Amino acid sequence: MERYFQPEIETASREQIKAWQDERLVKQVRHVWDNVPYYRKKMEAKGLTPDDIRSTEDLHKLPFLSKDDLRIAYPYGLLAVPLKDCVRIQSTSGTTGKRVVAFYTQHDIDLWDECCARAIVAAGGTNEDVCQVSYGYGLFTGGPGLNGGSHKVGCLTIPTSSGNTERQIMFIMDLHATILCCTPSYAAYIGETMKEKGLTPDQIPLKAGIFGAEAWSEEMRHDIEQTLGIKAYDIYGLTELSGPGVSFECSEQSGMHINEDHFIAEIIDPKTGEVLPEGATGELVFTSITKEAFPLLRYRTRDICTLTRKKCSCGRTHVKMTKPQGRSDDMLIIRGVNVFPSQIETVLLNHGYPANYQIIVDRVNHTDTLDVQVEMTPEMFSDNLGEVSRRQKELVEGLRSMLGLTAKVTLVAPKSIVRSEGKAVRVIDKRKI
Amino acid sequence: MSIKQISVFVENRPGAMKAMTDVLARNGIDMRALSLAETSDFGIVRIIVDNVYQAATTLKDAGFIHSITPVLGVAIPDEPGGLTQVLDVLSQAQVNVEYMYAFLGGKTAEHAYMIFRVENEAAAAAALKAKGIPTVEQEEIAQL
Repeated sequence: MERYFQPEIETASREQIKAWQDERLVKQVRHVWDNVPYYRKKMEAKGLTPDDIRSTEDLHKLPFLSKDDLRIAYPYGLLAVPLKDCVRIQSTSGTTGKRVVAFYTQHDIDLWDECCARAIVAAGGTNEDVCQVSYGYGLFTGGPGLNGGSHKVGCLTIPTSSGNTERQIMFIMDLHATILCCTPSYAAYIGETMKEKGLTPDQIPLKAGIFGAEAWSEEMRHDIEQTLGIKAYDIYGLTELSGPGVSFECSEQSGMHINEDHFIAEIIDPKTGEVLPEGATGELVFTSITKEAFPLLRYRTRDICTLTRKKCSCGRTHVKMTKPQGRSDDMLIIRGVNVFPSQIETVLLNHGYPANYQIIVDRVNHTDTLDVQVEMTPEMFSDNLGEVSRRQKELVEGLRSMLGLTAKVTLVAPKSIVRSEGKAVRVIDKRKI
Repeated sequence: MSIKQISVFVENRPGAMKAMTDVLARNGIDMRALSLAETSDFGIVRIIVDNVYQAATTLKDAGFIHSITPVLGVAIPDEPGGLTQVLDVLSQAQVNVEYMYAFLGGKTAEHAYMIFRVENEAAAAAALKAKGIPTVEQEEIAQL
C-alpha cells in the first residue's frame, strides 16, 4: 500500500496541478518584476511585462537564468524580499566555480522540508523509522534538507553529517537506523566498510536509502542495495531551487516525481533554447513558483534528462524526470566525443569492478587521452598475468563500445583512490586549454 | 603434494615492491623463491614463503590484494640437463606449464628447485613420482 506525505497534492489531478501552476506562475512573475531589478531588466529587454504572462502557456516567453547570472548577481542581486524576512542561506558546493548563495524565508524552509518529507515517505519512511542523515550539514543543502524532511515525517533523526565512517556504522548498528540519507558514493563506501567488518545485509538494520547530489548508475544502485540489504531511492535537487527534494523516486524506482506544485519543469534544446516536446531528451529548466526569497524563473540546470507524464503505478500524478545522465558541467568532451562519468561507471560495474574509479583526462601531442584508474579487487585478481590482462582488455573493449573511443585502463592498488564523504571527485582534467 | 604460492598485486611504480617486502620483513617472513610478471602499470609478485598463513594474513591486513595457488615444487639435480629431464616427464604426460621459475639451493645446496604452475597438478605430480623425481611439500619449505 503506497503511502504519501501529502496525498491531496501528490495524487492531485493533472487539471488541478495545472491550475495551481497557472495561478502561482502569474503571481510569481509579478513578485519578481516588482522586487528583482536584475530579472526585470531581462524581461524589459524582451519587451515583456507581467501582463504578458497569463498562464503556463506563456512560460516560454520568459528569459532564462543561468549559473552565470547567479554569479553576476552575487550576492543580493536575485533576492526578492527584504533581508530582514530571510532566516537562512545555503550555498552550492562550488564544484563548478564560484559559490552560489541562496536565501530562504521561514516559509521557504517549511516548503522545502515538506518536499524532503515526501521523498522520505515515498521511500517507506514513517514516524516509526530511525533516519540517519549522513549528508554534510552546513552550507551544503543535503544535510539541512533531509534533516528537515525527517523531522516533518516524525522519524527519529540522527544528524551524523558526513565523515567519520566508523561512527556512522556504530550509530546504524547501535541505534538501529532504518533509513540512510547521503551521497551514493558515500553509501557505497559505508557499505564496503561494513562488508569488510564482516557485517552481512541481514545483520544491517537499514531498509531504505535516499541518495542524491551526484550522478549514479543503475548498476551502482544494485551494488549498494545488495551490500546494505536495502532499497535505494534517488533524490534530486539544486541549491538554487531549495536543495534536495525538487524531485524524488517512488516505489517504482523508475524516474523521480517533480514536486510540480512548487516547480514547473521544461526540457529545452541546450543549443537553441527551444522548448522540446514531452519525451525528448534535453536540458532541464525549472521555474520555482512558491519561493519567496530566491525565486528563480526559467533556471537552466545544465542537467540532461527526459520528462514523462505516463501514469505511475505509485499513484502520484506529478511528472517524472529520468535520472540525469550527468550535469552538463560533468560532461567531458574527449577527442570530440561527449563522455559522462556515469557511462564509465556503468561499464566498470558491468565488468565486475568496484565503483571506486578516477578518470584522468590529459592532452598529449594535441590529442586528448582518457585514463580510467580502477582499483583491483580480490575477485578480479589472479596469479596468472594473462588472465588479469584479458579482463583488463575486456574492460577497454566495453568502454570502447559504450563511449565510442579508446580509453586506457590502469589497474591500481586497493584504497589508492581517495574515498569521498560527500561528492566524489571522479574526474581530473589536466588539459590546459 | 603441492606448495602454496602467494601472488600479490603491486603497482608498477617506485616503492611499490618495497612496501610489500617491508610488510614481510616486519613480520619475520622468510622468502624461499620469488618471481615477477609485469606489465607497464602493474605486476604480479609470486612468492614461496616459510609461513604461508602468516604471510597471507599480514599482507591482507596491510591492504594488499593477493591470492593463494597450489604449485608444484620439484627438486632437481643441480647439473646440466637436470631441468630437461623434468620437462621431458611433464611433456610426455601432456601437462601444460603455465609458468615456472627457479630457486637455487636451500641452506643445504644439493639440489636446485623449480616451481611449476600447471593446469593439472595431480597428473603432473603422479608422472614425476613414477619417474622417481621428488616433489617438495609445503612442510619442507620451512626447512630448506
